[in-house]
Amino acid sequence: MRVQSPVRRFAKPLLFVACAMPLAWLLLRAFELAGPGLGANPIDELMDRLGEWGLRLLLATLCVTPLAVTLRKPWLMGLRRMLGLFAFTYLSLHFLNWLVLDQWFDLAAIAADIAKRPYITVGFTAFLLLAPLAVTSTNGWMRRLGPRWQRLHRLVYPAAILGCVHFWWQVKADWREPAVYAAALVGLLAWRMRRARRRALTVAAAAR
Amino acid sequence: MRSPRPVTPSPSEITPREVYLQRRRLLQGLLGLAVAGGTTATWAASALDYRRNPALSTTEPKNSFEDIKAYNNFYEFGTDKGDPARLAGRFRPRPWSVTVAGEAGVTGTFTLEDILKPHALEERIYRLRCVEGWSMVIPWVGIPLGSVLKRFQPTSRAKYVAFKTVLRPEEMPGQKFPVLDWPYVEGLRMDEAMHPLTILAVGLYGELLANQNGAPLRLVVPWKYGFKSIKSIAEIRFTEKQPPTSWNISAPQEYGFYANVNPEVDHPRWSQAKERRIGSGLFAPRVPTLPFNGYAEQVAGLYRGMDLRRFF
Repeated sequence: MRVQSPVRRFAKPLLFVACAMPLAWLLLRAFELAGPGLGANPIDELMDRLGEWGLRLLLATLCVTPLAVTLRKPWLMGLRRMLGLFAFTYLSLHFLNWLVLDQWFDLAAIAADIAKRPYITVGFTAFLLLAPLAVTSTNGWMRRLGPRWQRLHRLVYPAAILGCVHFWWQVKADWREPAVYAAALVGLLAWRMRRARRRALTVAAAAR
Repeated sequence: MRSPRPVTPSPSEITPREVYLQRRRLLQGLLGLAVAGGTTATWAASALDYRRNPALSTTEPKNSFEDIKAYNNFYEFGTDKGDPARLAGRFRPRPWSVTVAGEAGVTGTFTLEDILKPHALEERIYRLRCVEGWSMVIPWVGIPLGSVLKRFQPTSRAKYVAFKTVLRPEEMPGQKFPVLDWPYVEGLRMDEAMHPLTILAVGLYGELLANQNGAPLRLVVPWKYGFKSIKSIAEIRFTEKQPPTSWNISAPQEYGFYANVNPEVDHPRWSQAKERRIGSGLFAPRVPTLPFNGYAEQVAGLYRGMDLRRFF
């Protein structure tokens, strides 16, 4: 039997607890069991916090590969799926909060918003792009799709870009916060582009 | 050696008679209450003398005092709704003076007390509709703007009134970053300014305005989106030309000079057809927004013949 370091053995349960904490805190606040309550506008508060954590976790998911590679810790890759699924969970709740509590199933208004409001159009598109990734995150689907799995899961990049745009486009004047998320995403994408270019060069050199 | 001159307090530092009488009454009341079981009622130290104006007030349920003080758009103190309540503590609204300038017979700098003295305070319970799609019902205490403006004898060239918020980055941390082009400026057409619904507020819920609500003096124009109701006013200027306004400078395609509440004219990025009434909880659907925020009967005439899509 291989000996695992304690960090490695407990990494997944610890990550699970960490990822669930913001949601637990929101629920405690919503049911006024702890904390300051959700404030004067609870629906908007839920919307903002769920969207914020969804985007943070999506960017955290994109941090896994760069960290695993640069730290030479391939076992970190085993945490990526959980981060991605938590991101999707928060974003689904963000979407449901909009659909149910914010719009109260007003389908006409919802359709009009998706069609007419660019920030909602891009947010909704990002959500649609992520849904198949959540569905195909199981080992079974990975096996069945084979090499196509990785290609499909590259949809996470446009989804993350649209997520950052969605945040930026609803700000009235203070773009500082969305700028931080956008900068993080640019950094993560730049790392991947550099790596892809290096690989291409290596392959070309090997072929010569 | 020169002897020091006696220090004369400026009029704005002197507690107005109404206020200190009120305090005495309060103290007497507090003594009574202390006997009856005791309570902390420091609130009434800033209680105001006013009469109600039911004719110009809505009967809808008022928002709680806490919500009105906790959920604010006042970018001078930060762009998060909770920032003003958290960060407005260092702001000093007293003593206060207002500069009056432009096309008027009487101009100069006046203390807040000078401006308020001849007027009786009244309570107006108004709906407030934010351009972001939420609304509140707020019991303002104030005076009609028109009766104040008349005292400055605007000339026939005065077609507009421009307002400016105080610029104090040391006390208003939001002013340290140019989210908007500080100081905040707003304006009204003269007939809008003289309309009986337009008031200068100094309090709400019977108390002096909290810093985060625009102390010590703010505009309230109930049929326009909230951003027209400029806070912590330091300057009033009568102008012949339409004055620039902060949100219009920031995003002219999104925020017009008029900014009348209008469910038919959407914000370019979101619908204005409905609004969420603050305080109605997690499970209350949005309610329809009314033309001119429900004040159409009183104010629609001001805009007769105007294309409200063009002049949004």
